[in-house]
Amino acid sequence: MAFNIIVLAKQVPDTRNIGKDAMKADGTVNRGALPAIFNPEDLNALEQALGIKDRYPGSTITMLTMGPGRAADILREGLFRGADDGVLLTDRAFAGADTLATSYALSTAVRKIGKYDLIICGRQAIDGDTAQVGPQVAEKLNIPQVTYAEEIEEINNGKARVKRRLENGVETVESPLPLLVTVNGSARTCRPRNAKLLLKFKHAKTVTERQAENIDYIDIYSTRPYLNLTEWGVADVDADIELCGLSGSPTKVKKIENVVFQTKESKHLSGSDDEIEQLMIELIANHTIG
Amino acid sequence: MNYYIDTPQFRHHLQHPLMKRIVELKERNYTDKDNYEYAPIDFEDTMDSYDKVLEVVGEICAEIIEPNAEAVDQSGPTIHDGRVTYAEPTRRNLEALNKAELMGMGLHRKYGGLNFSMVPYMMSADMVSRADASFQNIWMLQDCGETIYEFAEEQQKNKYLPRIVKGETMSMDLTEPDAGSDLQAVMLKASYNETEGQWYLNGVKRFITNGDADIHLVLARSEEGTKDARGLSMFVYDKKQGGVTVRRIENKMGIKGAPTCELVFKNAKAELIGTRRMGLIRYVMSLMNGARLGIMAQSVGLSDAAYREAYNYAIERRQFGKPIIEFPAVYEMIANIRAKTDASRTMLYETARFVDMYKTLEDISKERKLTPEERTEMKHYSRLADAFTPLGKGMTSEYANQNAYDAIQVHGGSGYMKDYKCERLYRDARITNIYEGTTQLQVVAAIRHVTTGTYLQQIREYEKEVVVPELEPLKRALSKMAQMYEKLVELVTTPKDEDYLDFHARRLVECAGHIIMGHLLLQDANRNPELFRRSAEVYIHYGQVEVIKNYNSVTKSRIEDMGYYKLMPEK
Repeated sequence: MAFNIIVLAKQVPDTRNIGKDAMKADGTVNRGALPAIFNPEDLNALEQALGIKDRYPGSTITMLTMGPGRAADILREGLFRGADDGVLLTDRAFAGADTLATSYALSTAVRKIGKYDLIICGRQAIDGDTAQVGPQVAEKLNIPQVTYAEEIEEINNGKARVKRRLENGVETVESPLPLLVTVNGSARTCRPRNAKLLLKFKHAKTVTERQAENIDYIDIYSTRPYLNLTEWGVADVDADIELCGLSGSPTKVKKIENVVFQTKESKHLSGSDDEIEQLMIELIANHTIG
Repeated sequence: MNYYIDTPQFRHHLQHPLMKRIVELKERNYTDKDNYEYAPIDFEDTMDSYDKVLEVVGEICAEIIEPNAEAVDQSGPTIHDGRVTYAEPTRRNLEALNKAELMGMGLHRKYGGLNFSMVPYMMSADMVSRADASFQNIWMLQDCGETIYEFAEEQQKNKYLPRIVKGETMSMDLTEPDAGSDLQAVMLKASYNETEGQWYLNGVKRFITNGDADIHLVLARSEEGTKDARGLSMFVYDKKQGGVTVRRIENKMGIKGAPTCELVFKNAKAELIGTRRMGLIRYVMSLMNGARLGIMAQSVGLSDAAYREAYNYAIERRQFGKPIIEFPAVYEMIANIRAKTDASRTMLYETARFVDMYKTLEDISKERKLTPEERTEMKHYSRLADAFTPLGKGMTSEYANQNAYDAIQVHGGSGYMKDYKCERLYRDARITNIYEGTTQLQVVAAIRHVTTGTYLQQIREYEKEVVVPELEPLKRALSKMAQMYEKLVELVTTPKDEDYLDFHARRLVECAGHIIMGHLLLQDANRNPELFRRSAEVYIHYGQVEVIKNYNSVTKSRIEDMGYYKLMPEK
């Protein structure tokens, strides 16, 4: 048995280690100041896919990511760990997409890829934290979905058995294929990059990257076809441009507020009975105690 | 966290000018690129490959191996029915490195290796040791594959080397209860059954690191009736064949994650490696030199870890209203740890380059005749590697001990508690100046390079390097040290008294070490002042004081004073 797996992954700003320049004055994320990383739960998703490939030899993994040109890094990171190929969905028309437009665009790319048994993605991305894209893609493709997965335990007779991590325990469910699974951060950590795959794919580039100036080793792209990463725009995936990007996004941001946690000023007491009594009265009055 | 990224010294050493020549030789004009998808295209591409793979190693060390280290130290391996089981986290470390295909880094691609130079290979060992010195032992033993590659038949190479790349572990079975430093006394018996055309091993080995490995190299007495080195041969034992059981594992002070085993060989089938009688004379010497370089890397990793523990504690811990690092007595200790660490590391990679140069040329000489220039080059570097390996192993392992000791001192009472990592580092470091030859034995190997002038010649080479004006005073200090060293060698060798030379040998070797490491740090500071200037100043000052001390130790005593030191029973 072998399966065709698509892993949906996103490049995100690393919001886990925030410095002082992380936010702009208007309250939006300053993407330039934060390193772009592989969304952590998408790495958990990739590991689930790699685990299936280990157990069911012959299975293939295609990475699919939507983003600007530099998101090709995500495809390479996938290849370095054992994915077979990658597709970058990139087009100005995709920019400014909310979860609805994003899932629409991704679903068109999945249709274009064609044959698949499983789509695996992280539960949510650390920049938006919506957890909506995975489920919406499943809806658009009209396939079943299993969310909050911790492990895809077994695939047998066209069905996958998946362990889910819920608030108060675990649940094991079974679903027919093709199936979309969103993976929880509590799942196995993704394996490190493989040295040989890293060396094999380190020059892998999209067509846009190959057109950049001063590119090294230009002739290897004809002799080593696996170094050419697929890049699709709106036209390649036959997407309805009205449903993409800003125009396809009903979500409108009304206002962004900068929340700054502040500690209140401290008050020094000498410890005299009078002061303690004053404090008691104050705390009871403002309902801190009593 | 990533140990490669957070230590800019690695990229500095990786970019050493000699790397161009090393890579050129290692990659034989980059012909592998037509046969292997992961082979490099040219020099820049090779360096990029080294850099990228080291980043993976750095990540695994910081994210997997180090977080496991405390649990490894606490649980350690266990023995059951003559078989060893690693601590669970040790097993996970191995699995991570295997999955990343980081075993057999130095082996040729035709056996599945990465064909990496010694420099990035030792950088990996350095980082693994910083993460968990005990795990570095297990990982580094893959280096035994190098001995199989150098001396075994092609069929044996094809049989064993790909297995090492796939993650099978190794051990080198040399020591016996009555043969420690003196390996000529090895008694484990190898007997040849003519009818079967098969060698059998019988006997006991002791203190064998990773003794339940998949593939063993075994030193055994193949020539009945002999008693010295010329009766010993080298064998490879495959665990799949059976015949070797682990009688016990030692309860050690440190490096607890690495099982140290007593092995019983009972009619264990084995294959001869190379030529009979050459076991100790040739193969063990080669094996040992590789292992010593590995221990240098282990020492450097431990020193680095000790430095970070000491520094991080000293900036956090406040006493008398300020962080303790602001007190001269504390910051001096920390600066010395840092300087000795940087000095150890620069020595490690200089030695690794020398080893790379001569080994690669030696390897090429099996494929084609070397040009006369290449032959000279090979001999030159072979001699330097031979001189630098014992010197470096001796110096860096002593520094690892001193640094771990000082790291505890910086922690004060807390450092004496099991709660702090420096306590483990101290125990782990303690073995580095003992195994693969004690410091006293490194001195025995190094002293001939004092008397024949190998060190002095190399010091003269270093003196030719031009440095920026700000560093001139350091260079002058080093040449004064060299003058004292030269004078000292003369003083100790003139009486032509072997005992007298042996008595002062360590002092002489250490002087050479201080000057050489001082020069290497000076060059580092010249190329990268921001990173190395402080350590160059601190280390050269330290070395200068040590050289003066050793000088006085010789000049302020008489030959006959040696008698006062001979505390031994009357014969």
